[in-house]
Amino acid sequence: MAAHAHAESIEDSVYFQYETLEQQQETYILGMWAFLLTEIMMFGALFLAYTVYRFQYQRDFFIFHEQLDWKLGGLNTVVLLSSSFSMALAVHYHQIKKKAATLWCLAFTNLCAFGFLAIKSIEYGEKFKHHLFPNDSFVWDAALHGGNPEHARIFFSLYFVMTGLHGIHVLIGILVITTLMVLIAKNHRLITDYIPTEMVGLYWHFVDLVWIFLYPLYYLIPK
Amino acid sequence: MSTTLQEQIASPERGVKKNYLNADHTIASWLLTTDHKRIAVLYLVSISIMFFIGSIAAAFVRFELTSPYGQWLTSEQYNKMFTAHGVVMIFFFLIPSVPAVLGNFVLPMAIGARDLAFPRLNLLSWYFFVIAAVLMLATLAMGGIDTGWTFYTPLSSLYSDTQVTMALVAAFIAGFSSIFTGLNFVATVHKMRAPGMTWFRMPLFVWGSYATSLVILLGTPVVAITLLLVLFERVFKIGIFSPELGGDPVLFQHMFWFYSHPAVYIMILPAMGVVSELFACFSRRRVFGYEFVAFSSLGIASLGFLVWGHHMFLSSQSVFQGVVFSLLSFMVAIPSAVKAFNWTVTLYKGSVHLTTPMIYALAFLGLFLIGGLTGLYLASMDTDVHLTGTYFIVAHFHYVMVGGGILGFLGGLHFWWPKMFGRMYSEFWGRLSALIVFVGFNFTFFPQFMLGYLGMPRRYHLYAFAPEWQFYNVLSTAGATVLGVGFLLPAFYLTASLVKGKKAGPNPWGAKGLEWENADSPPITENFERIPIVTGQVYDYDAEEDSRLIRAELDDHERRDKAHLPGEH
Repeated sequence: MAAHAHAESIEDSVYFQYETLEQQQETYILGMWAFLLTEIMMFGALFLAYTVYRFQYQRDFFIFHEQLDWKLGGLNTVVLLSSSFSMALAVHYHQIKKKAATLWCLAFTNLCAFGFLAIKSIEYGEKFKHHLFPNDSFVWDAALHGGNPEHARIFFSLYFVMTGLHGIHVLIGILVITTLMVLIAKNHRLITDYIPTEMVGLYWHFVDLVWIFLYPLYYLIPK
Repeated sequence: MSTTLQEQIASPERGVKKNYLNADHTIASWLLTTDHKRIAVLYLVSISIMFFIGSIAAAFVRFELTSPYGQWLTSEQYNKMFTAHGVVMIFFFLIPSVPAVLGNFVLPMAIGARDLAFPRLNLLSWYFFVIAAVLMLATLAMGGIDTGWTFYTPLSSLYSDTQVTMALVAAFIAGFSSIFTGLNFVATVHKMRAPGMTWFRMPLFVWGSYATSLVILLGTPVVAITLLLVLFERVFKIGIFSPELGGDPVLFQHMFWFYSHPAVYIMILPAMGVVSELFACFSRRRVFGYEFVAFSSLGIASLGFLVWGHHMFLSSQSVFQGVVFSLLSFMVAIPSAVKAFNWTVTLYKGSVHLTTPMIYALAFLGLFLIGGLTGLYLASMDTDVHLTGTYFIVAHFHYVMVGGGILGFLGGLHFWWPKMFGRMYSEFWGRLSALIVFVGFNFTFFPQFMLGYLGMPRRYHLYAFAPEWQFYNVLSTAGATVLGVGFLLPAFYLTASLVKGKKAGPNPWGAKGLEWENADSPPITENFERIPIVTGQVYDYDAEEDSRLIRAELDDHERRDKAHLPGEH
């Protein structure tokens, strides 16, 4: 009877276009990787723009980067790496069907994500206060800091676009992880195995990885 | 399938087989469908509307050019017209045409799947398309844009006072619509093939769509972020492409063409896949050098990513860069030529049937050849210096995009129409309009090669300084009128076929392929009663021929045996 119920639940969790559960799981993971490929290309274009201007204005970029707080950035790196670790644990616990542990790990990941955004917003707030956000009120005091004010605008444009787009990805991550937690907690029929958690995990590691590149490129520019 | 046929024979008064079209009739069942076939039909309707709008803009452009003096439109109006034509035709017709309509409908069936891997994502793709299209039409209604479809900075970011912001948002969203389709196709081709459907048993249309999807996945995100940067530059005045801040406007061109040159292959590769099917079916032969044609699709897709610099021979590129990009651009001709040669050889000793789809395929072959070969003039740097920015370019890419892309789409539409709707269209009107399109097309665009050679710049609405160009321009506009008629006719006879057309039956063309041999016309919602198991090679027309010969031979033996029977025993 129990075996019968089990068989039925697997049957239910396979969508009609798939023949087997295995095929469905593999397809979902492949789809996620294909999506991450598009994400890499999207961020890749920004990294290209960064490379072009860093190559042209290396000296200026060094001067501008001193406005960024490497300690806060470093703290954020630690926070994100911890979140990635707990995310990996969450996938592991979901694979061995430990629901409570999965939920706790996801909750910790989310907490880290909030922490990251909180620290980021402190940093952004500082920049706004010092008129370093590249809009009409942008001011760069060349007499005080040196560097070309026009190139400063490019530097901070790139900084805000790239970290901003990354921040949006963190925000989306929070929404996705929260949704996942609710569905797992409710034993929702969409969550029949660990595949959704693994997909969210892949996404989250990607978001983490982007930051791993952003941090040295902006906060740790050598002279 | 056979049971349903028997049922039908048994009770002809019932007569209506269940299929994906009559499964449900409510509007909600269409708007919330996840059936790839219904989404294909939704896309067909939407892109037809966009094609009509884009054509109207083209008509204004052509009309204006009949006079050298720019009498009817102001420069601004003319700029907005050609931009509207380009944006609508490229983002909202050509890019989705073959993948989202024919690919959506055929691809899962051709590999023996019940649906695409992610049906809900597929529906979302259509909604993104519709939102983007509505936004773009609203942009046009609110005054339009004058930047050209290329959105070159700093015109688009700093100077243009038209509705560029909204147009950028629309193009951005349209990009995601095609990313979703591409993602779906990649996952589907990798994981959803029926038992026995190996990679080298896949029809070439599937190969073409797969290569296209890879290009979409790798290219579209780049243009999406690029357009977003232009948007930020307009809204927040950030300065990534602004020359007065030390930014580099040519960086925009690099990032834009990194997508938009491959986008040309997004438009042509699936059409090449379509005509491969047509050549095989209507020559009754396996496509010659099938593996080469399959790999040439991947070859074009990968080389296509390395040639974008040929759009910038005249914008601050170093000569060395130019030489490399020129060489790589020449290399794209190799896989393209592999296709053209193999199609031609497929025809050799085939039993060629000049049906409507085949006429489109043959027209494709000739026109794509001209489009491709004139591309070589533009890939070589010294001729490009003379020809770039002239009507030669316009003629060249219309030979590829219209002569290739749209004719491939129309050929495929006429080929799979009986499968999609279960009805045959009027073959007479079909052939006639195919011929009208072919003639009208050449009258429209061949004179533009002449104009380009003579030096007429593109995007000018008056040429009072060289009124002798008027002859070619009038010829081109006359041709465009004929072409317009050719494009309009299918709208009538295809629609009429839905009501009055002869019932098609599962395989009206005697074609090979799972969608023809194992599914009804129109197919049921699940595509197949039972998932087919593939045991034979793709395009097995020769085998059929062989088996017929063997059968005839056996019959001979049998007759001889019978004749000799009394004597020998």
